[in-house]
Amino acid sequence: MGAVVGTLTLQTRSRRPSRDKLDDDLELSIVCHRPEGLEQLEAQTNFNKKELQVLYRGFKNECPSGVVNEETFKQIYSQFFPHGDASTYAHYLFNAFDSSHNGSIKFEDFVTALSILLRGTTTEKLEWTFNLYDINRDGYINKEEMMDIVKAIYDMMGRFTYPALKTDTPKQHVDAFFQKMDKNRDGVVTLDEFIVSCTEDENIMRSLQLFENVI
Amino acid sequence: MAAGVATWLPFARAAAVGWLPLAKKTMPKPPIDKKNRNDEILFVNVSGLRFQTWKNTLDRYPDTLLGSSEKEFFYNEDTQEYFFDRDPEMFRHILNFYRTGRLHYPRQECIQAFDEELAFYGIVPDIIGDCCMEEYRDRKKENQERLAVDTEAEMATDTPLPPHSTHRERLWRAFENPHTSTMALVFYYVTGFFIAVSVIANVVETVPCRPLKGSKKDLPCGEKYSLAFFCMDTACVLIFTFEYLMRLFAAPSRCKFMRSVMSVIDVVAIMPYYIGLVMPENEDVSGAFVTLRVFRVFRIFKFSRHSQGLRILGYTLKSCASELGFLLFSLTMAIIIFATVMFYAEKGTKGTNFTSIPASFWYTIVTMTTLGYGDMVPNTIAGKIFGSICSLSGVLVIALPVPVIVSNFSRIYHQNQRADKMRAQQKVRLARIRLAKKGTTNAFLQYKEEGGFHDRDHDGALCLKNRSSFEHQHHHLLHCLEKTTNHEFTDELTFSEMCMTESVGYRTSRSTSISSQQGVSTSCCPRRAKRRAIRLANSTVSVSRGSVQELDTLHVHKTTIRPQSRSSLNARTEDLKLNCDDRDFTAAIISIPTPPANTPDESLPPSPAIPGILRNSRSSSFTHETVKISSL
Repeated sequence: MGAVVGTLTLQTRSRRPSRDKLDDDLELSIVCHRPEGLEQLEAQTNFNKKELQVLYRGFKNECPSGVVNEETFKQIYSQFFPHGDASTYAHYLFNAFDSSHNGSIKFEDFVTALSILLRGTTTEKLEWTFNLYDINRDGYINKEEMMDIVKAIYDMMGRFTYPALKTDTPKQHVDAFFQKMDKNRDGVVTLDEFIVSCTEDENIMRSLQLFENVI
Repeated sequence: MAAGVATWLPFARAAAVGWLPLAKKTMPKPPIDKKNRNDEILFVNVSGLRFQTWKNTLDRYPDTLLGSSEKEFFYNEDTQEYFFDRDPEMFRHILNFYRTGRLHYPRQECIQAFDEELAFYGIVPDIIGDCCMEEYRDRKKENQERLAVDTEAEMATDTPLPPHSTHRERLWRAFENPHTSTMALVFYYVTGFFIAVSVIANVVETVPCRPLKGSKKDLPCGEKYSLAFFCMDTACVLIFTFEYLMRLFAAPSRCKFMRSVMSVIDVVAIMPYYIGLVMPENEDVSGAFVTLRVFRVFRIFKFSRHSQGLRILGYTLKSCASELGFLLFSLTMAIIIFATVMFYAEKGTKGTNFTSIPASFWYTIVTMTTLGYGDMVPNTIAGKIFGSICSLSGVLVIALPVPVIVSNFSRIYHQNQRADKMRAQQKVRLARIRLAKKGTTNAFLQYKEEGGFHDRDHDGALCLKNRSSFEHQHHHLLHCLEKTTNHEFTDELTFSEMCMTESVGYRTSRSTSISSQQGVSTSCCPRRAKRRAIRLANSTVSVSRGSVQELDTLHVHKTTIRPQSRSSLNARTEDLKLNCDDRDFTAAIISIPTPPANTPDESLPPSPAIPGILRNSRSSSFTHETVKISSL
């Protein structure tokens, strides 16, 4: 009996330090981030005050702490694509949004990226897309990076597609892409090659205009 | 998808730009959003508390009142706001639901009030967030149980019988609720007495009495006075058999009754006697017969019909069946373990009591329940060590499930207390309500007395007591009813007076005035035998009995008598008299025709006559025959 009581007390004693750690974690996560002033954001982006207000209200509602971390981002993005697995693509997207590369998206990052995507010039948009594809940020897109991106996109489709996905469909897609984009056939795509190739393609140009009035 | 995610949709669409260079085909055209993007602030006024919110916030849930066009019904043009005459405290939670997407249940609010608010605003309670869902469910279940218990209690006891109950139903009801009639009560006490007698007789007959003359051995009283005990036993068994057969006859569902616990106990209590009657006085069989007499002790369980506490105990045990089962199981495990250990520990000792493992069971049980008879004790040291461990663990194993059983018992007991309390309070409440009703009708009668009806011009000098506009309208309504039915309201005193005079008037048998024709026998006088729903035959007003008995203010009895002419009035008196004997009539009705001396029309339309009352004939100078209806 005494041994039983002894082991029970030992248990409780060992649990206490972990609880302290938990309290510390709680404190850290309550840290809040506030964006810069409205005027500054208005100057930096192509949105007017009202639009910024609407955007911020929605953002703050979802993330009261003012920042989005990768897990939350993945969850939110996955909700739009219930058929497949959007987590990989969301990861790349998160990295593209997170311009300061600190693992969390603040409102400024959010609104800057949206400004480029919706109100920016063609060159800006293409530059943003290049940054999305260039996973390791070395200024070149190589086949592996492209493969990863394309596979992530196909993952979002899920298993049940028509026609059915074959195993080499992503590879074919990547090859076609490089065929079009890699002008000097050196196996990598630079920013200039990318912009030039896209500008030549009418379809891409036309599609870029479609997303003007999402907000 | 949660509403919050909808705010991220524009962002996800913008991110689709990243697919464009990879796209094999052209992108489809985006949907044209005609909606006015400008967001506006709405004002919502809930009983004076003003809330403001964005229109978009409310639009998040379009299938609720605030999110749909239904709120336009509550829009006040003058103040440019939506006005709701509801609880402002609750509205806070409702609005928070729109804002955060999670509905919380405030713990300090009444569950029914909360449900009503949700129903009003068109929100389904299933959306309550996980944090509050459990509490909500628990409170809701508790409330429903309470309501069920209350309605059951209400219905079970004091409801009057439905009007056309057969003897069988009445008998069953008398058995189930002995307080309803004197006969039932008498029967209840008689059976209780005989159960006690039977049990005491069973006990006493085993007590040793002084022996017969010439014998030294003590005899049990049962054998000394065997005839007396046999007669007592017979009498008890007869009563029990009679009771059982009566219950079987009266039961609404005989199969269900036969399977119920009480009926099984009844059968088991009386079977031994009958078996003993038919069995021959055989030596071999009488041994078994003696065993059967043990079952006579089950008669004591028949007391559970008489005692509520016993029933509660039985119900508790039933509801704690799982805990009891666990207790039993764990005890069995422990017993087997310790018995085995003790047996092997004591195996070597010479002359030990622990002859086998089953023999050790007895020791283990006695030790674990801390009885410690001492008829079996371990001798070896190992045996003593294990014996002490056994007794210590026994205390633990038994102490664990007991609090659960106790808490169950307390809960059920309190539930019963509450039911009793409710019943007692109900009586007081009903009496108070009845008094209030009486007050209203008395006010009306008083108003009539003061000649309010003749007050044609309202700013006349008639000084009535101050009446609110509600009372005005109510009295007007009652007046309309009087005019409709051609009867008047009166009070109990007046009614009983009339009753007396009528009965006297009948006996003098004046045949000229109608007043004599009212053969109101004394049985018509106020007697609260039963109440019935009645419909006036030709009246558009159907006065039916309210569901709550205290609301009965009008009772009109329906008969089939249709006195057509005056001449027939005489002839009808016998019929009337017969009708009067029909007890089914409420205390309230009697009609006292004002004696008009005119001749009746032959073509009197059939009108409902009330026993003892003959409807006065229609005449040109139609004076109202008044049916004084007393209030109850």
